[in-house]
Amino acid sequence: MDSNGSDTLHGPRTTDRLPQSAEAAAKIVIVGGFGVGKTTMVGAVSEIRPLTTEETMTQAGLGVDDDYGSETKTATTVAMDFGRISITEQLVLYLFGTPGQERFWFLWNGLFEGALGAVVLVDTRRLEVSFDVMGRLEERGVPFVVAVNSFPDAPRYPLEDLRVALDLADEIPIVECDARRRASSRDVLLTLTRFLHSLALTGALT
Amino acid sequence: MTAPRRQRRHPAPQPPSPSAEEGDGKIPERLYVVAGPAGDRADLDLVTLIVANGRPSPSATPEQTTVMRLCAAPLSVAELSAYLSLPYSSVTVLLTELLVAELVQARAPIVRQALPDRNLLEAVMHGLQRL
Repeated sequence: MDSNGSDTLHGPRTTDRLPQSAEAAAKIVIVGGFGVGKTTMVGAVSEIRPLTTEETMTQAGLGVDDDYGSETKTATTVAMDFGRISITEQLVLYLFGTPGQERFWFLWNGLFEGALGAVVLVDTRRLEVSFDVMGRLEERGVPFVVAVNSFPDAPRYPLEDLRVALDLADEIPIVECDARRRASSRDVLLTLTRFLHSLALTGALT
Repeated sequence: MTAPRRQRRHPAPQPPSPSAEEGDGKIPERLYVVAGPAGDRADLDLVTLIVANGRPSPSATPEQTTVMRLCAAPLSVAELSAYLSLPYSSVTVLLTELLVAELVQARAPIVRQALPDRNLLEAVMHGLQRL
């Protein structure tokens, strides 16, 4: 079953198997522009080596984005990396790193709507790549927090200035993080979960 | 700060339903296992957990055997897609067949609801704190 040294994965390693008691799974989506550190963050907290799932999008009208590669005008293969955290013997949490600048992700029925919430990961050098995805999350009522990945060579701004630039509502948390570090990435997920919990308490979550 | 400014958006009154576009009959070109029309697919999420009902029978197809072996322990649809190197939609076609034949069972995912489960969120918080 296990084949170390091969590029092809044939199945989960024995240590990657979930217990039979695993009853249900939930998901959180980490969304951000190319190279912002989504997969790094997934890998930092995941108990399994990040895996990749893909989908072939065949929606008409997507062709305008599709002037590269050899796919036809209406078929685009998109991939996302994901990881896993076992919360209890019964409950599993999956984290999906999704390239949010590409609007076809929102055609993937249930990817965002079914998620507990989202982390919008931003890079201060390219703040604007996250504008559209934040708008789409707002339109669909998907709760999210913003995490600023602190790249060493990126300009640093006070979080309050970023809040203004991102037109973030006062109640939406914005935090700095180092996506390479497990503790830091975990704290981002905790910030999101606490935010969701506060929404649940106030009944604001729809 | 000279960074560009964003403008907040608000929930649309009635967002367009993506599900209406899903079953339009276009087959993804990388599909390699086909079972029935797209409209017949089981309602599976990326994080629906799949578990095999026992061992594959000798009459099972190679694809079915592979899936059942992978799902000896619970495995999400996303993980199946990754290990099989198949697009998500192809995996859901394969799984629909297996579900109909009762060779595997699906454990429904937890999705965000109008009345969120505070106990669930508290469990997630505690789980993350142990990381």
